[in-house]
Amino acid sequence: MSDIRYLAPQTLDDAIAQYAAAEGAARILAGGTDLLVQMRSGLLKPSTILDVKKIPELTAIERTADGGFKIGAAISGAALEEDPDFGKAWPGVLEALNLIGSTQVQGRASMGGNLCNGSPAGDAVPALVAAGAVATIKGPNGSRELKVEDVPAGPGKTNLKPGEILVSFTFPARPKGSSDAYLRMIPRTEMDIAVVGVGVSLTLEGGTCTAARVGLGAVAPTVLLVEDAAKALIGSTLDDAAIEKAAAACSAACNPIDDKRGTIAYRTKVAGVLLKRTTAIAAERAGRT
Amino acid sequence: MAKIHVSTTINGEPTEFLCDAADSMLDALRDTLGLTGSKEGCGTGDCGACSITLDGRLVCSCLMLAAEADGHEIETIEGMAAPDKLHPLQQKFLESAALQCGICTPGMLVAAKSLLERNPNPTETEVRFWLAGNLCRCTGYDKIVRAVMETAADMREAAR
Repeated sequence: MSDIRYLAPQTLDDAIAQYAAAEGAARILAGGTDLLVQMRSGLLKPSTILDVKKIPELTAIERTADGGFKIGAAISGAALEEDPDFGKAWPGVLEALNLIGSTQVQGRASMGGNLCNGSPAGDAVPALVAAGAVATIKGPNGSRELKVEDVPAGPGKTNLKPGEILVSFTFPARPKGSSDAYLRMIPRTEMDIAVVGVGVSLTLEGGTCTAARVGLGAVAPTVLLVEDAAKALIGSTLDDAAIEKAAAACSAACNPIDDKRGTIAYRTKVAGVLLKRTTAIAAERAGRT
Repeated sequence: MAKIHVSTTINGEPTEFLCDAADSMLDALRDTLGLTGSKEGCGTGDCGACSITLDGRLVCSCLMLAAEADGHEIETIEGMAAPDKLHPLQQKFLESAALQCGICTPGMLVAAKSLLERNPNPTETEVRFWLAGNLCRCTGYDKIVRAVMETAADMREAAR
């Protein structure tokens, strides 16, 4: 272990140069709640650990010109919770991030790390997908943007190219009557991995749903954007028929594994149940904005 | 590989130490600095026995690299009691036998103190969720949760 290097660059340009110089043998350290466990178990043996938490772009909470948010990829859930505004606009994203692990883990774990770890069951990811968050990625060939749903490539894999670093997430401005929610099914009451996770973001105008996005986790190799579920909700008054149709769309989108945590049949059924419950919470919150 | 020089503040004292890149903060506290109050239960962030605060936020020191402490403020269980007086949580844990073997106790105390600093009047549910990452295999948790609730009430009374 002692031949590992620790680097903590102060600028994004330095980080990109150092990451590229390590030629794939470096790992990015944000909260470390996955990385240090993987290193300790012997799963990963990086030559270089690149701590990105001294880089301003990765640790900033900013309002964008149009009234949205730009959130550094390495910000911990505890730090984001302390922001007076973010949780009011995006309570579902915040509750998803702060379902990860214990209070201690939430003091370190970040949205960027949760996404780049590549687990199909990462709790923050369905909420980010539902929010329509866009990831800003920078590498040796410059900057680019990817929708969050396009970042995961499969379990443990992302579509980031060699040398690219996830910098921040941009959230759109929220029209009046908008909110979001995230629910997951776990066999325990806390500190567990999602068997199914559902994020719903929606906008209500005069009782009619005018915009909706649904993210679905832990039921396929990657977190899914379920467009058919959103279509069922948009234009409706969130009446029973529309909710049933959206729930059926979530179940239909499932392509889960069968394991000790949940069978295929169970995960598929629960995806629909959680869609109903999550939509109800998001709608109740939207009615209060 | 050369050692990394770290300048940090631990329990209010400016502290410098040397570490390897892969050393955890828990390694540095226990093996380099002799602060053995923080315990290693699991080493993977599940048990909370190594709980410390980093810039006022509760973290597992086993899931933090020692090198990351540079320029930051660390508080450990060793900084909890005043020189001549236990912290009210420590006193209450003793009086109500909220510990048996004691391995989880430093982490429980650091975590509970962090909760009461944020929320002086937590519900039992809030206490149980806040401490969900601190595992105890002896007590069954009831005495711990009651000790935290009673300390919170005592501290609210003392602050009136």
